[in-house]
Amino acid sequence: MSHTDFQDRAAVTLNDVKLTTEFRNAMDFLRNKRSSVIPSRDEFEALAARGRAIREEALDQLPDLLVALEKRCLANGIQVHWAEDSAQACEIVEGIAKDRQARSFIKGKSMASEEIGLNHFLIERGYECLESDMGEYIVQLAGETPSHIIMPAIHKSKVAIAELFAERIEGHRYTENVDELIGAGRAVLREKFEAADIGISGVNFAVAETGTLCLVENEGNGRMSTTVPNTHIAICGIEKVIPRLEDLPTLLSLLTRSATGQKITTYVNLISSPRQPGDLDGPAAVHLILLDNGRSRIHRDPELRETLLCIRCGACMNHCPVYTRIGGHAYGSVYPGPIGQVVAPQLEGLAQHGEIVEACTLNGACGEVCPVGIPLPGLIRRLRERKRHTPDEQADADAVPGSGRGRSWFEAGLWRAWTLAASSPRLYSLIRLFVTRARALIPRRIGSWSSVRTQPKPAPRSLNELMKDRHV
Amino acid sequence: MTTSTRITKGNAAEHQRKDSQEIYFYGTCLIDLFLPQAGIDAVRLLEREGLKVLYPQAQTCCGQPAFNSGYRREALAVARSQLALFQKPIPLVIPSGSCAAMFRKDYPDLFRHEPEYEAALDLASRVYELAEFMVDVLQVQLCDQGAEEAVILHSSCSLRRSLSAHDQTLALLGQLNKVHLQEPDRASDCCGFGGTFAVKQPALSAALTRDKCANIEASGCKRLVGGDQGCLMNIDGMLQRQNSDIESQHIATFIWQRTS
Repeated sequence: MSHTDFQDRAAVTLNDVKLTTEFRNAMDFLRNKRSSVIPSRDEFEALAARGRAIREEALDQLPDLLVALEKRCLANGIQVHWAEDSAQACEIVEGIAKDRQARSFIKGKSMASEEIGLNHFLIERGYECLESDMGEYIVQLAGETPSHIIMPAIHKSKVAIAELFAERIEGHRYTENVDELIGAGRAVLREKFEAADIGISGVNFAVAETGTLCLVENEGNGRMSTTVPNTHIAICGIEKVIPRLEDLPTLLSLLTRSATGQKITTYVNLISSPRQPGDLDGPAAVHLILLDNGRSRIHRDPELRETLLCIRCGACMNHCPVYTRIGGHAYGSVYPGPIGQVVAPQLEGLAQHGEIVEACTLNGACGEVCPVGIPLPGLIRRLRERKRHTPDEQADADAVPGSGRGRSWFEAGLWRAWTLAASSPRLYSLIRLFVTRARALIPRRIGSWSSVRTQPKPAPRSLNELMKDRHV
Repeated sequence: MTTSTRITKGNAAEHQRKDSQEIYFYGTCLIDLFLPQAGIDAVRLLEREGLKVLYPQAQTCCGQPAFNSGYRREALAVARSQLALFQKPIPLVIPSGSCAAMFRKDYPDLFRHEPEYEAALDLASRVYELAEFMVDVLQVQLCDQGAEEAVILHSSCSLRRSLSAHDQTLALLGQLNKVHLQEPDRASDCCGFGGTFAVKQPALSAALTRDKCANIEASGCKRLVGGDQGCLMNIDGMLQRQNSDIESQHIATFIWQRTS
């Protein structure tokens, strides 16, 4: 069987014992932290049910809520932009930069900005664009991409970071002391916060009722990025809108517990306007970019809409036995792990990301920990179907990009033959008879299965036959 | 004790035990071809409780392999042929968590837009995994006649997560008072089988299975039991290749041998 790109990437991690061990320890740490703030399962399930209800309500009223959000934001003095895709979103950012004659950006952590490839776009056009989240900063310094949506540099060991800093940060002497390493990074960032023309952030939740952008973080870099530079641009997937301010505590409780095992993050930023007369700080202008990039299409698909319930906590990846072994980079997508297996093919198409939907045992660990009850295994299975077949009633514009084109005629032929046999008792009986009687002919090794396992041997007589005898 | 008082999950509330009650039995395609003795032992366990076991000869496979591989229409065709075999309003007992989960959780989804939707829902409400049925409905009392033995259990992900019936397997095996039951470290981690996953992602599957085997070996137990032939074939296949002296058994055979 030929190797796929995904398998080649996965093999890199699978063959690196040190890396897999470190990775496993990191995932265990996150899992244990999460369990430690979930004292009672019943209580958490009740909280999750409330969270899910809020997210469902938000998706049910998505168009109306977005209109309300825009209206509230405008009234608050926040400028609102709509971006249909990545290119538009990047151009909007550049447009704002041109207006302000800005040259440099400082960024808080934002998966939406990763999704649209903003760093690459801006740097290519000669802007300076620096990540200020420590994990993102490390990843950027190394010329890599995040391997986890919450812990971007989780794949990097302390030693790897020590070597990276010694090599790339001017005047920094090699140390493996974590506090000194963080100090070195912060010293660089502190200057950049003061000098940057524009701060960029993501949005965890956008409250339609009040026009408030909520942003959680632990390092304070999010607050710096959104208050120190004179302009703040927030990039927000359209599904992040929620109806009311009072919905926030429930969702934040779920998010921070599931993501980092915290009851609440060190910083919770609620941004409702630019600097007002009399305010001592804050940006003179706040821009909100509402990013669609395929989300409307997902929203129109009743079988896949639950994808948009996601609050991006990353618990699914921390608990996924596949992610835990291969890490985020193997997926080759911005969003890795189970939610990535569901989101990436829908945002960027099954042609590009069709392979990762096969990288799942459907064991259900992700669905079990999802704080808003997204049936992730079911959605992965559904995308396997879409890869091979576009639903008959679905219009092209509504189809998952690349749907139906992942059908292999060989594989389809095998399943066709299997279907014929398994739905015809007579034919199946013949096959059963053949397999049991010809058991001696079954080769000792068949394909990849038996490269690491002994080949299972059919019994001399099937259960079907044995049961027939019993009832005679 | 009335039947319904201790039952909180699954289908058990609706089915109360009656002697000489009929039940359907589904052997599963893997047990049918590779481990028929487990099927026979499961039937014996059920008959010993006074039940009449019906085994429709036209049963083949529940359709799960195609369903999980994205071949929904193919799965539907097979599922339709199986659905038709179990029309009497009596329980369907299956010695596999994964096939039971297919009938209970996935048939309703598979038939959602089909004329047989009601029939699929009805069947789903009558489906039990073997240990679940023995504990929740039959409330069996096992009498252990075997020797003292340390045994390690592997419960499938379907049994744990889809059916939430891992506790019943624990309760059932817990009745065997000379058995020292253990679970491996990371017991709830997938064994790496995943049906066609093992074929499509051989390296990943092998990595997961290797970890599972190492955790089983580390227990020191010389016998592995489990309720899902798919997982057992996968784990046992690797243990054998590694020349391990651990013997694998389906729980039906294990329980029958210790109690008869």
